Amino acid sequence: MIFVTVGHELGFDRLIRAVDIWSQSQDVQVFGQLAELTPESYRPQNFDYVDYLGPTEYQKKFDQAELIISHAGMGTIITAQTTGKPLLIMPRRGQLKETRNDHQVATARKFCGKSGIFVADDETVFPNVIKVALEAVHTADRPSASEFAEPALLDALRHFIKENG
Amino acid sequence: MQLQRISPAWDGCKVIYATTRSEYFAEILKSSANRNQTEPVFETFVAANRWQKIRLLIQLIQILWIIVKHRPDFVVSTGAASGYFALRIGKLTGAKTIWLDSIANSEELSLSGQKVSKYADLYLTQWEHLANPDQGGPLFKGAVI
Repeated sequence: MIFVTVGHELGFDRLIRAVDIWSQSQDVQVFGQLAELTPESYRPQNFDYVDYLGPTEYQKKFDQAELIISHAGMGTIITAQTTGKPLLIMPRRGQLKETRNDHQVATARKFCGKSGIFVADDETVFPNVIKVALEAVHTADRPSASEFAEPALLDALRHFIKENG
Repeated sequence: MQLQRISPAWDGCKVIYATTRSEYFAEILKSSANRNQTEPVFETFVAANRWQKIRLLIQLIQILWIIVKHRPDFVVSTGAASGYFALRIGKLTGAKTIWLDSIANSEELSLSGQKVSKYADLYLTQWEHLANPDQGGPLFKGAVI
């Protein structure tokens, strides 16, 4: 199963449409969490979807999936890296009003090339990137990130709390 | 989620988590129990973005109430208007304030992060290229991942 998630704030039609078109010719189960569904929102024809999932349900879908497809949101990236799930991300663009600026483009650039992360810059390259991602699902190394922040950051925070406590 | 990843920093402290979503409380409880932390207290407030003026006002009052009620020694936030309110109010009540700008802000500091700089006793970004402590900008000490 492939789990598609776009966070729980804004819809991301460009990604959902790309997945929908791709999945039309595939024999693979896809499930989508699409966030806010307005009358204008794109509705997938080829897979099941909901607007919102509670944390437990979300975790369940995440665990069941062999690949996660998502916007370049840090929440999904952190969850995927800490659970060792392969992740395909497509960044939202500020210019297209998909989010307030191009911060997801910078995020995608930063995580591009990290083990278990595949970046599709836009919908035109999506079919190629998902092909690579699915081929790598069973072969790639998947080192999980630590459960907590980088030790240097924790030390800085502890130090500050101790000095001022 | 980002606060939870820095939660070992407050081992041994009494902690109040204030968020817009109560669904995450169970997970935070479990994680704090795993680390033998004192059982945290939870508070919620309404979600609001920068264009929702009335919701912002309600949020401000709720956060004011939470801080007056608990009188924290430290206020920690990773972002948004609510974090900005919490640091400003915390500062007024004599708390030490920590701003860890969200890791989502990879291109520039968040708007709330830029505005909060002079009220943050510890002012951090999670992106090395955004660090600018000599010009009043944030320090970089690492990221939540």
